[in-house]
Amino acid sequence: MNKIVEKEHFSERVVKIVVEAPLIAKSRKPGNFVIVRVGEQGERIPLTIAGADIQKGTISLVVQKMGVSTTKLCDLEVGDCITDLVGPLGQPTEIHQVGTVLACGGGVGVAPLLPIVEAYKKAGNRVVTILAARSKELVILEDEVRKWSDEVIVMTDDGSYGKKGLITEGMEEVIRREKVDECVTIGPAIMMKFCALTTKKHAIPTVASLNAIMVDGTGMCGACRVTVGGKTRFTCVDGPEFDAHKIDFDEMMARLAGYKPEEQEKMEHFLQQ
Amino acid sequence: MSVSKEYLKEQREQAWRVELRGKKKNKERTAIPRVKMTEADPNERTHSYIEVNRGLNIEEAVKEATRCLDCPNPTCITGCPVEINIPKFVKRIEQREFLEAAKVLKESSTLPAVCGRVCPQEKQCEAQCFYTQKLNQDPIAIGHLERFAADYERESGHFSVPETAPSNNIKVACIGAGPASLTFAGEMAKLGYDVTVFEALHEIGGVLKYGIPEFRLPNHIVDVEIENLRKIGVKFVTNFIVGRTASIDDLREEGFQGFFTGSGAGLPRFMGIPGENYIGILSSNEYLTRVNLMDAANPETDTPIISGKRVAVIGGGNTAMDSVRTARRLGADRAMIIYRRSIEEMPARKEEVKHAQEEGVEFLNLCNPVEYFADEKGRVKQMKVQKMELGEPDASGRRRPIPLEGSEYLIDVDTVVVSVGVSPNPLIPDSLPELEVTRWGTIVVNEDTFQSSIPDLFAGGDIVRGGATVILAMGDGRRAAASMHEYISNKTKN
Repeated sequence: MNKIVEKEHFSERVVKIVVEAPLIAKSRKPGNFVIVRVGEQGERIPLTIAGADIQKGTISLVVQKMGVSTTKLCDLEVGDCITDLVGPLGQPTEIHQVGTVLACGGGVGVAPLLPIVEAYKKAGNRVVTILAARSKELVILEDEVRKWSDEVIVMTDDGSYGKKGLITEGMEEVIRREKVDECVTIGPAIMMKFCALTTKKHAIPTVASLNAIMVDGTGMCGACRVTVGGKTRFTCVDGPEFDAHKIDFDEMMARLAGYKPEEQEKMEHFLQQ
Repeated sequence: MSVSKEYLKEQREQAWRVELRGKKKNKERTAIPRVKMTEADPNERTHSYIEVNRGLNIEEAVKEATRCLDCPNPTCITGCPVEINIPKFVKRIEQREFLEAAKVLKESSTLPAVCGRVCPQEKQCEAQCFYTQKLNQDPIAIGHLERFAADYERESGHFSVPETAPSNNIKVACIGAGPASLTFAGEMAKLGYDVTVFEALHEIGGVLKYGIPEFRLPNHIVDVEIENLRKIGVKFVTNFIVGRTASIDDLREEGFQGFFTGSGAGLPRFMGIPGENYIGILSSNEYLTRVNLMDAANPETDTPIISGKRVAVIGGGNTAMDSVRTARRLGADRAMIIYRRSIEEMPARKEEVKHAQEEGVEFLNLCNPVEYFADEKGRVKQMKVQKMELGEPDASGRRRPIPLEGSEYLIDVDTVVVSVGVSPNPLIPDSLPELEVTRWGTIVVNEDTFQSSIPDLFAGGDIVRGGATVILAMGDGRRAAASMHEYISNKTKN
């Protein structure tokens, strides 16, 4: 069950794993996520599905080493099994033919963005994708994204690859030169916040896929709650995608740091072993 | 499906029961005071997760069982949602046939060690006991005795496995692995069905694992009862969400002929007051799941937990008591219950309220939160509460709390646990648009058969009732099994 059949290092801290999960591969849709747990002492963490192969019965996940759980997951090798894997969870992305779609991915957020880009393209849209990263080594899945995009713009903070600058500069450039009908953004919360501010200025409908703290991922606990349009919503069952112009990003960012001291304690304990 | 009077009478006339009744006069029996269960010392238990109630020893159990008058009309049975033959098992204890007592329990109950611990007996079997009804004395400690028999059997290692009918090779599925489903699964397996239980989480047991804490219901006891279900052939599949991982149609194609959903009321309610999403404010479900299911207080596990020093728990139910007592065990100096009615109106069991008081929990009654305040990092630091007074009884029969204008004051807190109720889990209804649900999201079923608007789908427990009790969920599971058996039998005949 849940055997890892392929592993690829995108960078020192970012790993792609392909894992056996035939039922999830069959039933997942773009935008869905899974909850995984590594080891009997492990915690439950959410990861968006980056792709699936129904024939092979596998799904792929892209993981960035951040804390105890992601480190344990990244350290698994081909042939190892993930203790628990459940899904697909969350509402799938609503894909329509709208015209031109601007897809904005930052860091490992590009992984969950990929199936959405693919679906938008297959639905007959013109897709312009912007990939943003701090530096060249952190740009992932560029070839795969190119396959399903009409145009790809790469932006790096330090200018080591593509254009130098923030993702919003790339967005402004596209919006200036052509009509954009819809925007989708996945990446660090701060990036999504500024993407949302940019498109709001131009009144372009935008969805953001949120990466909240979760426990069960089935609506049972409310750890992942977020304020959208003044109302409390649960990211795991109502999302993970919401109207980016209505999300309270500041509250969301504060909540993401909610367990920082406790997480650090767990990390120190882990490193001592 | 109620137990017939003739059957009970016949059982009561068995030689061993007649002989036992003859051994002591009723006057001698009623003169014995009700046994008190030993409890762990409050100072010691608040620093550990040891079980608070220590159980009865053999002599205590036999003495308590001797009090039972073995009534010709045992009203206690009508108070039990799964209709355990109470006098029969109690008399087996008096007779010192403890393993036989455990067998009697298993005739009707899938989880006796659980029910003996968490049922509100004072509202059920014990409320209908002859002692309560006619003698105005303390009832027989039926719950304590049930627990004793189940624990005795477990510790003896001589488990009796209930008899099962020959396999009929008919596959049925349970959705969710809480008390309703486990009971349904046990009953169907006894009838010869090929039962598979599908559970979304990585552990079996539902609220018995993630909700009720170790100090009330140790997980290893739940595991033993689950093991017993495996022994009679029940299969368990974890990490499987029916309607998501695979649909009910997919399962029908795999040959499943009946479905029972006991998917529960797991969706926590919040109050919708300003500041409720600040860091440090969480639902009791999240708080208890982290501690109970994920074992977050153990440094060896990866799941973090906030161990606040000043913890306010909002609500007055059993979940609120579980949360506030957990907070004490996590090291809270000040653990407070904030409840808008008075202590008499609390839905929590009296015993739990008493235990919480002994453990140093503060009760702020007639008091309701209206707003939260946070520090610059968004972490809760204070709450504003408003005092209440009680007005006329409302629809629930309890006196309605009325806010007192101008009575607001501030309390310093660093953790708030919101325990104001739960709503039905929407995952199953969402995946079945044709399923009839109420406006509260509960599944509509026939009251007698537990059949939903989809003929092969039956439902019971909290997904039908909203937040209720373990034993009511079990009663539903038991009756749903009987009626699904009838439904499938009729279908195969035609």
